[in-house]
Amino acid sequence: MRYHGKKLSDPINTADDKWRLLPAFLQTRGLIKQHIDSFNYFCEVDIKNIMRASREVRSDVDPTFFLRFRDIRVQKPAVTDHHTAVGYELTPHECRLRDVTYAGSIFVDIEYVRGKTLVRQSNIEIARMPIMLKSSRCILTGKAPAEVAAAGECPLDPGGYFIIRGTEKVILIQEQLSKNRIIVETDRVGCITANVTSSTHEKKSKTYVAITKTGRAVVRHNSFQTEVPLPVVLKAMGIESDRGIAELVCGYNKDYLDLFAPTLEGAAGGNTSGDGVMVRTQQEALEWLSGRIRIPMRFGGPPKDRIEEVKDLLATTLLAHIPIEMHHGVPSYQAKAVYLGVMTRRCLQAIKNGGLVDDRDFVGNKRLELAGQLLSLLFEDLFRSWCSTLKRAVDMGLKKTQRTNRFEPKLVITQTSRFITDGLFRAISSGNWNVKRFKMERSGVTQVLSRLSYVSALGMLTRIASQFEKTRKVSGPRSLQTSQWGMLCPSDTPEGEACGLIKNLALMAHITIDTDDAALRRLLLMLGTVELTTLVGTDLFATAQTYLVFLNGVIVGVHHQPRRLLRQFRRLRRAGRVPPLVSVYLSTNHQTINISSDGGRVCRPLIVVERGRPLITALEVQDIIQGHKTFDDLINEGKIEFLDVNEETDANIAITEADIRPDLFTDVDLIPLNTTHLEIAPFTVLGAVAGLIPYPHHNQSPRNTYQCAMGKQAIGAIAYNQLRRIDTLLYLMVYTQQPMVRTRTIEMIGYDKVPAGQTATVAVMSYSGYDIEDALVLNKGALDRGFGRCQVMRKFATQIKTYANHTFDRIGDAQYDAKGVVLAKFAALEVDGIAAVGEKIRTGQIYVNKQSPIDSSLSSGTHPGEGGGVQTIQFKPCPGVYKYPGDYSVVDQVCITRNEEDQMIIKTLIRQTRRPELGDKFSSRHGQKGVCGIIVNAEDMPFADSGVMPDIIMNPHGFPSRMTVGKMIELLAGKAGVLKGELQYGTCFGGSKVEDMSRILIQHGYSYSGKDYVTSGITGEPLQAYIFFGPIYYQKLKHMVMDKMHARSRGPRATLTRQPTEGRSREGGLRVGEMERDCLIGHGTASLLIERLLYSSDVYDMQVCQECGLIGGWQGYCPYCKHRSGVASVKVPYACKLLFQEMMAMNVVPRVRVGPL
Amino acid sequence: MSPTELKRSRVQLHADHVSNVSSMDFPGTVTTGDGDDDLSWSLDRFKQSFDINITSLDPMTLTFDMINVDASIANAFRRIMISEIPTLAIERVYVAENTGVMQDEVLAHRLGLIPIRADARLFEYFDPASQTATDLNTVVLNIDARCERNPAAPDDTVDPYQKYTHFAVTSADMTWVPQGFQAEAFAVNPIEPVTRDILITKLRPGQAVKCELHCQKGIGKSHAKWSPVATASYRLLPEITLLQPIVGAAETEAFRKCFPEGVIGVAKNADGEPEAYVKNPRLDTMSREVLRHPQFADKVRLTRVRNHFLYTVESTGIYDPHVIVAQAADVLIEKCKAMRKALVEVTQLGVEV
Repeated sequence: MRYHGKKLSDPINTADDKWRLLPAFLQTRGLIKQHIDSFNYFCEVDIKNIMRASREVRSDVDPTFFLRFRDIRVQKPAVTDHHTAVGYELTPHECRLRDVTYAGSIFVDIEYVRGKTLVRQSNIEIARMPIMLKSSRCILTGKAPAEVAAAGECPLDPGGYFIIRGTEKVILIQEQLSKNRIIVETDRVGCITANVTSSTHEKKSKTYVAITKTGRAVVRHNSFQTEVPLPVVLKAMGIESDRGIAELVCGYNKDYLDLFAPTLEGAAGGNTSGDGVMVRTQQEALEWLSGRIRIPMRFGGPPKDRIEEVKDLLATTLLAHIPIEMHHGVPSYQAKAVYLGVMTRRCLQAIKNGGLVDDRDFVGNKRLELAGQLLSLLFEDLFRSWCSTLKRAVDMGLKKTQRTNRFEPKLVITQTSRFITDGLFRAISSGNWNVKRFKMERSGVTQVLSRLSYVSALGMLTRIASQFEKTRKVSGPRSLQTSQWGMLCPSDTPEGEACGLIKNLALMAHITIDTDDAALRRLLLMLGTVELTTLVGTDLFATAQTYLVFLNGVIVGVHHQPRRLLRQFRRLRRAGRVPPLVSVYLSTNHQTINISSDGGRVCRPLIVVERGRPLITALEVQDIIQGHKTFDDLINEGKIEFLDVNEETDANIAITEADIRPDLFTDVDLIPLNTTHLEIAPFTVLGAVAGLIPYPHHNQSPRNTYQCAMGKQAIGAIAYNQLRRIDTLLYLMVYTQQPMVRTRTIEMIGYDKVPAGQTATVAVMSYSGYDIEDALVLNKGALDRGFGRCQVMRKFATQIKTYANHTFDRIGDAQYDAKGVVLAKFAALEVDGIAAVGEKIRTGQIYVNKQSPIDSSLSSGTHPGEGGGVQTIQFKPCPGVYKYPGDYSVVDQVCITRNEEDQMIIKTLIRQTRRPELGDKFSSRHGQKGVCGIIVNAEDMPFADSGVMPDIIMNPHGFPSRMTVGKMIELLAGKAGVLKGELQYGTCFGGSKVEDMSRILIQHGYSYSGKDYVTSGITGEPLQAYIFFGPIYYQKLKHMVMDKMHARSRGPRATLTRQPTEGRSREGGLRVGEMERDCLIGHGTASLLIERLLYSSDVYDMQVCQECGLIGGWQGYCPYCKHRSGVASVKVPYACKLLFQEMMAMNVVPRVRVGPL
Repeated sequence: MSPTELKRSRVQLHADHVSNVSSMDFPGTVTTGDGDDDLSWSLDRFKQSFDINITSLDPMTLTFDMINVDASIANAFRRIMISEIPTLAIERVYVAENTGVMQDEVLAHRLGLIPIRADARLFEYFDPASQTATDLNTVVLNIDARCERNPAAPDDTVDPYQKYTHFAVTSADMTWVPQGFQAEAFAVNPIEPVTRDILITKLRPGQAVKCELHCQKGIGKSHAKWSPVATASYRLLPEITLLQPIVGAAETEAFRKCFPEGVIGVAKNADGEPEAYVKNPRLDTMSREVLRHPQFADKVRLTRVRNHFLYTVESTGIYDPHVIVAQAADVLIEKCKAMRKALVEVTQLGVEV
């Protein structure tokens, strides 16, 4: 199925069939997999690290006591039945239906001291963790499609989201600047700065090295009150001589020394810049700094010496990601000093190159944070705070001198376990990520998974949110970066304010997860890296071939044969000795070799080319197709490798085999020109959503972007379990079709199985004049036969509550009139007081006849069944009344269930079947939307010689300015496909060729151009023009007239102002706003103005006393003047009268002077 | 053919457009001087020239030529066949039980589109005012299908048709319940769906569909389900004129390939060379492929005979296709009568005023 259109026995042509690796890729990685991988990593590895970091709880009361966590595990989701108390496996679908959270227990094993023995206990639940669907902890994982279906789940569902209280929540991928990497920028004042955001599990801090306007290097850090001259910091780190400092920064480079000289003069020569820095020794530097640091707030413990505080700061906070080595208990700051030197050198280099700074928007400088990382941050914070509450509880427990029963830590743990659970649930369901320790306060991290269509759900899971504020007017972060090639989709971004900030992953992009780098460090040393500790400043930049070796932003040492190291490292990676997702690249500019193994890098697989030959041949492709090998096998064999964006800059990638340049034996010094890699399939530059567009490479690019937005609004099939779902709003199409012109992406994401649209026969011609401005003409015959028919299902949920005073809601039965006939209002109800499935229901009718006790307060103390006299509980009706536009709806499903709190809920799903009507919105797959302008009888439609009539007539004016040539080719290919009886392909950068399509048309007796001889259905005479006529895939969009149309003459008014209400749902009026008012003034239509603003709005007869000018006269009597003459009635807006009253309440007297009319 | 005659009687196809699309058969349009320019309509001439040739007829499809009428008349037939010939179709579905996946509305819609073989001429229109169903305006069908596990099914089968009984509900499950006069009137031709293999819905064990279906009389204009034709359409008779001889093996072969098989024949001419001739222009699909080749640019003229209509009537099976055409003629006559009556009334009114 995955290899559609080809049989196993067909000959394989590598050049054309490389894309066949893709399905294999998507199986093991890609698209949604990164979410899942990231979550799995969190559940299996990271959570244990977090536990290990704070595994011991000690008591202040009893110093011998400790409680230690031995292990932590996340279980598969399970619940206990409230009534039978039997535990069972929880399925995601049950969660959705019951408004329950899909969560598994987090179990810990503990050991603690009881008296003089160590007690061990296992499997204590400390929290419940929401489980990502299809992750290793999900019950669906590893199940065959049939089993998945048996669990009520759709086999095509990608997973990668959570279910919190019945709603599906996605944690969006968060884009941010890389941590622990030096970035050179121009700051607000125009100075060149090198900054690095250090991030470790313990600390986060940002360190700047800047060259000021006076040419001096300074260090900025949050812990310093002011900026600090660089030499002072270096001296505090033990590099006392100016020569040492200069060597560290410049080596022997004359240019750099000249640029750096002002810095040294400032620090050593004393008062040149007026900052009075006179620092020579380490001690002096420390003292100088001690007066300029911000001391962090700390609880408990004696205050430290300020010098110690500075040392501590230098060791832990400044450049926090650089580990400090201890030599005999004395910290060695060398690594940090070198790092500061390198940062300064970067600044100097930027100045030397005329202000050339790094590009923040370069994708290689970005990291993508996934669900696992975000959850890990949250969990760590919660776990630590919980540990401190646990400590307090332990203290309390141990303090009690008279213990009635023995102190049981297990009890304390289970009693406080809601803390972490609630924190996790709250964060995921609200999207507010607050981590106090890192001062992190993000909102909108999670979103409700859009189930409008299958692609909208899929698109949401590949969505990347940027940290950049939407309001800033800079184009840089929004514009398309060349480095996004193959990583982020160039088309799929919203229009408007979030344009370019919200992105989507490309089809083959993969996001790395954290890997341990200790082994890599050893490997680098083995490959000839000279360790930093053995070096002095001058060694760092000794020759042109001396390269600094960075591992995840930390300097390991230097290497003297960088290209050799590069080659060896890559060879080891291809041999499988180094993890495949570790990247290595060389920067000649900075003279560095950078090895990254950190998480969040985007990378993509490429075919390795060696000696001008791709390592993937027909044989490998065959193996993949026949299932002998998986994608991972090819990676392990070194035939395919993952490159991240940085390494990509080092590679020469050919798009097709023909582009491969032969091996050029270049000198080691020169940049090699030979092709190193080959693209697997060029169409993977696009993402999953843009992949639906046929022939996108023939379209004007914004059109593809529009389609990406509209594809998500298309009504179609959502999932195989769509009819078992009870969603708040569900749009389904009755007769969906898969497109005639499909793409490889469509097959791979399964859009052909859950499509959203229908193939319409389209005539591109002018007809009737009701087709201007993109309006479409629809054929009534087609609508009669089911074209564009869709269903709208709406959920109406009611809770049957039990109150504190033991009263509870009840459901009543229908009411009858005097003749014993059910009142119309109750007509849809069954005997149980709930609407019957299959029954028609109209606006105003009741779907659940709920009644609530009048008194549900605790104080009323009605305890039915508790002896002491029978009290009758009074009930008031509070029925669920159906309100929805349209003729009638039908009750589709009723679900009576109980949620986690054992509250009964009744969900009623009410359905409406709609046929297209005037004003409904349709769109092709090329960003060409239009509303239905007229519905024409079949006999009036033009017809071709074969008798075929169009389903849709589209106005040709839609083409010239939009330049959607792809749509024309889709029509041609579709027509050829229909005639030949096969599906055609419109894959990006490929697909069926126009020439072939024309040939098929000619063979079947049609014009090569797709234009047909057409006869008018009205006159019966032929049309003078040939008509472009053929099938195009059309989507029906969710915007339908029935949900929008609204008019009002008289209606409800707001109580306070007596003005008409606002909005369709409140049957509101249509506002004559400021601009409309201006028009009326401009026209001089005074009476109309009065009518619109006063009579049709909130006219009020205000009684004004002509004498005192005060309002509030009543029946001609002025209460202020206390006499009965001269009270006039004035017509004013009620809002005006209200204003007067409010002013009077504030002791401001508004007086109205009334003149004769 | 004279240029005027060509313009008068032919629609000409060019590479990028169609010319002479409209008829100019009205007096005084053309003056040729040869006395043949009297284009006023005369019944005698019409009787002489009008012709209908049936080219094929089978139970579902009829193709025939209608010669020497104006496009408006030809089109009237087509339009009437599509939208104004009454048939019976399911209009009301009373659902007693529908436990399958398909929703009631969708089921009802599908049922409505199933062609029911019943002669609508024997029925009256349902009166929306009185809302009473009688044997004269309603035909009742029943559908009662219940899916169960098939005990006889082999254990290893995965084919649902074998595993379950009544897995698919088809039009064959519809049974006619005669009302009043119907049993007698339709004794020979019992009312039933035209085809028995139309899939309506699929069921699983325990699910059932039980409905009473009421058919009413209607026309295609109000809903396509009442249209007696799948489609009815016509095209003009193609005509290929060779302006210059096309000779030579390569040339004729290339020319032949520009048309569907059988349109162009090749024969040896007087010089013994192969020469193309028009064998059967009727088969041409007007792809204009020949106009794309510059070597044939001045050698061929593609035209269509303006008053020669090649009809194709595809019946849905309710009526035989020729009956549909005959009924269309009846409807047209009725319309003419109504028109004449209205015209008379208008003239009389005019006199009075």
